[in-house]
Amino acid sequence: MTVTAAEENNPGVLQPAAETAAQARRETLRLIVGSKTVWVGTVILAFWIICALFGTHIAPHDAYQQDLLKHNARPSSEHWAGTDALGRDVFSRVIVGARNILLVAPLATLLGTILGTALGLTMGYFRGLVDDILSRLVEAVLALPLVIVALTVLAATGTSNIALIVVIGLVFAPIIARTVRAAVLSEREQDYVTAAELRGERAPYILFQEVLPNVLPPIMVEFTVRVGYAIFAVATLSFLGFGPQPPSPDWGAQINDAYALVSAGFWWESITPAVAIASLVVAVNLIADGLQRAVTQ
Amino acid sequence: MTRFILRRLGMGLITLFLLSVIVFWATTILPSNPGRAIAGPFASEATVKAINHDLGTDRPIITQYRDWIGGVLHGDLGESYAQKRPVSDMLKDALGNSIKLAVLAFILVVPLGIFGGVASALNEGKWLDRLITVGGLSAAVMPEFVGGIVLLSIFALWLGWLPVSAAWPPGTSGVEQIKYLLLPAMALTLVLFGYIARITRAGTVEVLHSDYTRTAYLKGLPRRTVILRHVLRNSLLPTIAVVATQTGYLIGGLVVVERLFNYSGVGLMLFNATHQKDYPVIESSVLLIGVVYLLATLTADILSAVLNPRIRVGSDAG
Repeated sequence: MTVTAAEENNPGVLQPAAETAAQARRETLRLIVGSKTVWVGTVILAFWIICALFGTHIAPHDAYQQDLLKHNARPSSEHWAGTDALGRDVFSRVIVGARNILLVAPLATLLGTILGTALGLTMGYFRGLVDDILSRLVEAVLALPLVIVALTVLAATGTSNIALIVVIGLVFAPIIARTVRAAVLSEREQDYVTAAELRGERAPYILFQEVLPNVLPPIMVEFTVRVGYAIFAVATLSFLGFGPQPPSPDWGAQINDAYALVSAGFWWESITPAVAIASLVVAVNLIADGLQRAVTQ
Repeated sequence: MTRFILRRLGMGLITLFLLSVIVFWATTILPSNPGRAIAGPFASEATVKAINHDLGTDRPIITQYRDWIGGVLHGDLGESYAQKRPVSDMLKDALGNSIKLAVLAFILVVPLGIFGGVASALNEGKWLDRLITVGGLSAAVMPEFVGGIVLLSIFALWLGWLPVSAAWPPGTSGVEQIKYLLLPAMALTLVLFGYIARITRAGTVEVLHSDYTRTAYLKGLPRRTVILRHVLRNSLLPTIAVVATQTGYLIGGLVVVERLFNYSGVGLMLFNATHQKDYPVIESSVLLIGVVYLLATLTADILSAVLNPRIRVGSDAG
C-alpha cells in the first residue's frame, strides 16, 4: 500500500513527508530515541514499573508491618522517609504502592482508547447524523471534569478497581474519539479510501484495515497523553477516598491518611508519596511530549 | 455574529439537557437502592421500603426525572438526605464560598500567568523561558493536592506564615479571610499558571516576529513602548479566551483543594455528599458544576469569535 502519491497532492499534517512509509517510521523512531526528554521520562517510568512489579522484594521494610513504638518517626538511616502514624515505613509503602496506580491508569486508558478509536472511526467515516448525535453526546460528557464524573459514578457503584477502570475508560472514550475523528476526516479524502470503496470493500474492512493503520500515530500520542491524565485522576480519586482501601498501600490514599498530620510537623508522610506522584506524572508527560514532537514533525 | 451566538446557545442547551440525563442516570438509576444505602445493611426490608417510598425512589424512572427536572427549573432542588435541609440553601452558601476562592485564585494567576508568558517570550530559547515553560507545564499536569501538600509544608509548617486550614473562625473580617484563602488559592494557581503562561507566550512570540513590531522598532520607539503598546495589546487576545476556559477546569480542582484545606465550598459539599450517598446534593452540585463549565466554554467561544473573526466561519467543526 503506497500513500505517497496521495500525500503529495494532499499533504496531511499527520503524515511525515518522507518517501516511503517505512522510511517515515524510521525517522520518527530516530526522533523518539534521540530525544533527551523521552529518555529522562523513560528512566523514571522504568523505575516505577520495576517497583510496581517487584515492589515487595525491593522495599527495605515490610509495607504492612506496624511498629507503634516508632510511629511518626523522622526520616533516618533506618527509615529513609520516616514512618507513618502506625509506625509503617513510608518509603516501603511508596515503593509497593506504585503497583495500583500503574495497573489502573494504563488499563483505563487502554479501554478508553479501544472504545474511542472505534467510535472515532465510525464518526469520521460516516459523518452525517451519526456524527452529529455522537458529537453532542461527547460534548455533554466533556462538560464535566473527569474527577467529578468519576466521583458521581463511584458514589453510586462503590469503590473497586474495575469501577475505576470502567469510569475513566468511558470518560476517555469520547475525548479520544474526537482526536480519531479529526484524523479520519482528513484521511477519508485520500485516494486509497476511494479506491477501496470502488473495489466494493465493506465499511468495517475499510475502517480497520485501511484507515486505522494510517491514523495509529496520533492515536498512540493520544494514548500516552491520556495515561498522564489517568494517573492524575486515579491519584486524585484515591486521595478523595475512592481508591484502594486500607491497609493496601497507595500514594493518594497515603496522602489522604497523612495530610492532616502535616500541621503537627510530620511532613514526610505526605511529601514522600506526593513526590512519587509528581515524578510519575512528569515522566509520562515528558514521554508524551517527545512522542508528539516526533509524530508531528 | 448574532446567528453564531444563537447557534452556540442552542447547542449549549442541548448539551445541558444531555448532561441532566447523564447526572440523573448516575445518581438515580445507578444506585439500585437508595433506601438501603441510607438505612444501612442491617435495617429491615420494611424500613428500606418505607424510606424508598418517602423519597419517591420507588416510582417509574420517567416520572422521577420529570419531577426532578421540573423542580430544578423552578429552583426547587429537593432536600438533602443527610442534613434534612433544602439543597438550594446549602448550595447558595457553598457557592458563595467557592466563588470567593475562585476569584482570589484568578486575581493571583492571571497577572502571574501573563507576566510569566511575556517574560518567557521576551527571553525565547534562554534559560528563563525553559524554566517558565517546563516548570509551568509540569505544575499544570500535577494533581492539585500534590502542589497543595508542598505549599502547606512550606508556608504553614516551615515558615508558619499562613494558616493550615481555610476554615476561618466566625467573625473573621473580609481582609483577614484572604489570609486563610491564600494557600488554597495558591494551590489552584500552580495548576492554572502553566496554561495561561503558555498561551500568552505563544501569542507574544507570534506578535514579536510580526512585521508591525519590527516596524515599530525601526521607527525608533523604545523597547518598553513597543512591548506595552504594540505587543501586549495584540498578544493578550488569545489569553482572554483561555482564562474563560480555565474557569471550567478550576471547578474540577475545587473538590480536591477544598477538601485538602477543609473549606466549605461546592467542592467540599460534593465530596461529603458522595461519601454520605446524599444523592439530591450530588445531583444539584454536579449539575451546577456542569452549568458553570458550559457557561465558561460558551463565554470562551464567543470571546474567541469576537476577537478573531476567522473563527466565526466554519465554527461547527468540533
